[in-house]
Amino acid sequence: MTAHTVEYTGKRKRNWAPYILLAPSLLFLVFFFATPMASAFVLALQTPDGAWSLESIQTMVGDANFTRAISATLTLVIIVIPFQLALAMAMALVVNKRLKGTSLWLYIYVLPLAISELAAGIVWVSIFTQKGWLNSILETLGIVERGIIWQSAESYWTLIGIIVVAEMWRATSIMMIILVAGLQSIPDEYTEAAEVYGATLWQRVRRVIMPMLRPSLQVALILRIVLAIQVFATAIALAGTGLTVMSQQTIEWANDIDNDNVAAAWAGLMLLMSIIATIGVLWLLPVKDEQQV
Amino acid sequence: MTAPAVPADGTQQQAPPPSRRKRTPRKVLNTFLWYASAVLMAAFIIVPIYLIFVSATTPADATYNYPKSLLPEGIDTDNIQKFVNASGVIDAFWRSVIAGVITVVLALGIGAPAGYAIARYVFRGRDGYRLVVLSTRAFPIVILSIPLAVTFRNFGIYDTVWGVALMHTALALPFAVLITSSVFVSIPRELEEAAQTLGCSPARAFLRVSLPLALPGLTAAAIFTWVLSWNDVFAAAVLTLRNPTLPARILTSLTQASLPWQFAAAFVMLVPSLIVIFIIRRYLLGLWGRVVK
Repeated sequence: MTAHTVEYTGKRKRNWAPYILLAPSLLFLVFFFATPMASAFVLALQTPDGAWSLESIQTMVGDANFTRAISATLTLVIIVIPFQLALAMAMALVVNKRLKGTSLWLYIYVLPLAISELAAGIVWVSIFTQKGWLNSILETLGIVERGIIWQSAESYWTLIGIIVVAEMWRATSIMMIILVAGLQSIPDEYTEAAEVYGATLWQRVRRVIMPMLRPSLQVALILRIVLAIQVFATAIALAGTGLTVMSQQTIEWANDIDNDNVAAAWAGLMLLMSIIATIGVLWLLPVKDEQQV
Repeated sequence: MTAPAVPADGTQQQAPPPSRRKRTPRKVLNTFLWYASAVLMAAFIIVPIYLIFVSATTPADATYNYPKSLLPEGIDTDNIQKFVNASGVIDAFWRSVIAGVITVVLALGIGAPAGYAIARYVFRGRDGYRLVVLSTRAFPIVILSIPLAVTFRNFGIYDTVWGVALMHTALALPFAVLITSSVFVSIPRELEEAAQTLGCSPARAFLRVSLPLALPGLTAAAIFTWVLSWNDVFAAAVLTLRNPTLPARILTSLTQASLPWQFAAAFVMLVPSLIVIFIIRRYLLGLWGRVVK
């Protein structure tokens, strides 16, 4: 082994320890990441009998739920992400402002990070259900006379709205914590200088903080958009059959219809959308080399 | 950041930092607005959690009472007992716990050595490996459960906790590598080297010096990994049929279940999450802060 190493790397002896330490994780990623990713595309291009064909993709595209699921998912992504970014930014600024009890604010804002999608969906069911908390409060205050049916399958945009609220509650913390970490790496002098020269909060955010925060913004946006494309349990808990999202279609084809090929076609489509979104963020928010830590 | 070369008094006279300026009414209003927004956003996070606790502990026959009282009228565990005694729930609970534990062991067993390697060694391919790990983290990993279900059927681990745990390990591995590497980076390598000059073998130096210091951080990483597994709905629903984990079990009866049952389910899923986030609260920023880049 040693002789071989010396021969292989020329004059200097190579230290193999890091490679040995990395090997198990690389092997695992090959078997449980690269292989299934490749086989998702193989499955999508086959029929259930294993013959090569575009049939599974055609079945997916021809399905009545195809455009429904894609438009609902994209609508949710497009609405949720900007709101979530604004809320995450506001939370991060509050944490970074070092008000009294900073760690308490951070702890509260980060709570949903450990809460499951399904539990979060049900939490908001208790609020939006017809005899739920929101209607109870609205009626008590006399704002509405009779409770609004938030979860009505007939009003698409109300359903989208309540899922957006639930998703903002559930998944803002991951963006927030990345932004807080990024904010802490900006020297206080920069924002203080801007403040001394009379920059308003908005100007400071827009001209000083955002440009310096770009690497964190990039990571936060990519992570969050990819996760938002997979929106699943909150939609099922809140909207039931009122609308359908892409991951719901994926699981229906896999479990109820028992056709792994069409399910894989859906999975492949979500994968492609995630890759396009990632490239889009990298293109819109390029990070200069010197900014990369 | 660093101490100024000019005496502190001199610099302060030239440009007083904003915090030392006079308390103008505008400044007071400003501070008030910061606290008000901090409180508002905290309420947005906290109130729904409080409401689900009240909902879950309201007697089933009072669930539809109207208008609701915001204060709980006593704690009633009837709903929770009914949920726990529903068929398969206890088994599903234990399966979730076990799948989480297997995930922790696998993800840290495979990920921690890799994290140690990128924290301690400089070697060719280190940046490449980091890039692979960072990009797998921003990858819709759960949809890999579709092709994995096919593979697992062939290997006879479909519908078992092992299959679920392997999938969850793929989900958690990038986090495990990045978190453990940030933990090991924070421990000075000089300590290990000192132990080695005093006659310890490298392995012994690691076990007796670095490992004890890394233990709190590694524990936080383990807890975070466990909760990733505990919260997953999608992959568990695809990979199990008769032996679901708790979220998968809840998902299958979600549409037919009564509201009190759903509320109790959310309650049972929430409690461990809240405990977990409380235990690891001190590490969250460190974990994520360094995970960013």
